[in-house]
Amino acid sequence: MDYSSGPLLVSQRERQSKKFRAWVLFAIPLAALLFQISVPRFFQFVGFLDMPLLVVVYFSLMWRNQLGGLAIGALMGLAQDSLSHDPLGMFGIDKTLVGYFAASVGVRLDVDNAVLRLLLTFFSYLFHQCLYWVMSHALLGRQMAFEGQRWLLLGLMNAVVGVSLYHFLDKLRESV
Amino acid sequence: MESFLNRYRNITVLLLVIFAQLVLLAVQVKNDQDVRIIRVWTVTAVTPVARVIEAVRGSTVGFVRNYFMLHDADAENRRLREEVGRLKIQNIFLQNQLNTADRAKALQVFQSKTASKMVAATVIGSSASTGSKIVLVDAGTPAGIQRGMAVVTPDGIVGKVLAAYPTGSEVQLITDPEFAAGVISQKNGVRGTLKGQGTPTCKLDYVPLEEKVEVGEMLYTSGDDRIFPRGFPAGVVKVVRNAQPFKEILVEPTGLQHEIDDVLIIVEGVHQQIPLVPPANQPVYMAPQPPADQKAPAPAPAGVAAAGASPGANPAGGTEADKLRSVYKSVGEAQNHTFGEGLPGSKPPDFTKLPTGPAGAAPPGNTTVPKPAGPPATNPATPPTGAPPAGTTAPPKQPDTQRKANQAAGAGPGQGQIN
Repeated sequence: MDYSSGPLLVSQRERQSKKFRAWVLFAIPLAALLFQISVPRFFQFVGFLDMPLLVVVYFSLMWRNQLGGLAIGALMGLAQDSLSHDPLGMFGIDKTLVGYFAASVGVRLDVDNAVLRLLLTFFSYLFHQCLYWVMSHALLGRQMAFEGQRWLLLGLMNAVVGVSLYHFLDKLRESV
Repeated sequence: MESFLNRYRNITVLLLVIFAQLVLLAVQVKNDQDVRIIRVWTVTAVTPVARVIEAVRGSTVGFVRNYFMLHDADAENRRLREEVGRLKIQNIFLQNQLNTADRAKALQVFQSKTASKMVAATVIGSSASTGSKIVLVDAGTPAGIQRGMAVVTPDGIVGKVLAAYPTGSEVQLITDPEFAAGVISQKNGVRGTLKGQGTPTCKLDYVPLEEKVEVGEMLYTSGDDRIFPRGFPAGVVKVVRNAQPFKEILVEPTGLQHEIDDVLIIVEGVHQQIPLVPPANQPVYMAPQPPADQKAPAPAPAGVAAAGASPGANPAGGTEADKLRSVYKSVGEAQNHTFGEGLPGSKPPDFTKLPTGPAGAAPPGNTTVPKPAGPPATNPATPPTGAPPAGTTAPPKQPDTQRKANQAAGAGPGQGQIN
């Protein structure tokens, strides 16, 4: 059965049709980290955004390479740990897994589809929050509330913002 | 074996990366120590850019607020608009300089009043984690900043330094869920632990039920935690409830009431006394004094006016008793009698010669009968019944029947014996 003929599945040719410029790979993650530490100070209403997560999901989906996904996830996660005074590895493990799974999905599906991006970002956010909660409980012994409904809402909002962000980031890709 | 690794290469790398981070995590948790080098790399990479962004943001916000919002107001005159725009840009620049100078001056004043040695720092970023309340400041180890130092503003304590790096420092705000500081209440001297909750209010913990803490009471640092010197304002008690096993007390931190841009890091703390009265949070506006009243006062009844002119007398707007007292006092003064000095049995003043006037100045029993106001008597020594001063007209002569009624009511038995 040929799955590549479906509307959401990606062909081999499409998989490697575009790639990112080198400066984008450096500047966008840095910008995401700077956004996370700077913008919510002055605009608290954007405090719900997890910009590093959105960037990890996007690059992992677009690269369609599991090793690349886990690498950027690990780097972004550790950087976020460094800036949040969490023990190093909390966000690192979290985002490594998110990056790996997002890249695994990107290998099989047409990740240029907006609806698919929305769903993937939504579930990535939920997975990220749940895993962080579990690790906080199990590894650090922290007593954190399980805010399922809040995460669902924030996941949706992050996904909506993420789709718009991905549309912008698509323009930074170049054809090869 | 090789083919096995090739086949499962990705998942193998994933497991290795996860395992490495788990080991990293375990080492930190077990030894309660940080892997500092990774944080130093990240902070060193991020803080210079964050500082530039903060500078650009400050300039842009000032420009947008002061220029673009006023731009439309100048649309009527194109020629003048360019001139005004140019001047505004200059003004914005100068205003920004002034604001910076004002903030610096406020901190300088606070520094000079406080015995502790402090270093000023500017907040350039916040935590990358959404839950925690941590900010980045631009003062680092070269400025003498060390982990555990207290961070304050003139309004109150802000937090403590979590980590110091060459290019900046992390400050844990007092609203962070993991923050705690020893405090003491200003009025009743109750000690407790101030804890952050992740919300704008903090919690005062470990206060026994029998202790008395009042709403509105000021809390100061107690110095017990060896971080904050004693005597710095910490917050104001907002809610006090009885709970088990300790009181549930919510505190509004005074140091975070306003947006924090500039802070002071205490590098050498000196304990202070707890003030007897809480600091005034807001200056009280004092209106300028009213201008001197140029209008002539409204004509007053003769007796009252005479009383009002005498030193220490009540104004015309006093009570009926005041007015009556003034009338009798003026009569006594007119007859060279000083009340309170005569011996028992001495001759009292002749109160049959009470001045005529309206109801307010009339003796009791005659207050309901309105009388036309006579001319104001300007000299208290002038006898009310004597010749009127120059420029004034003589009061109308009172009929005998009215005078007798006044005498019966005002100077009856027992009322004329005022000594």
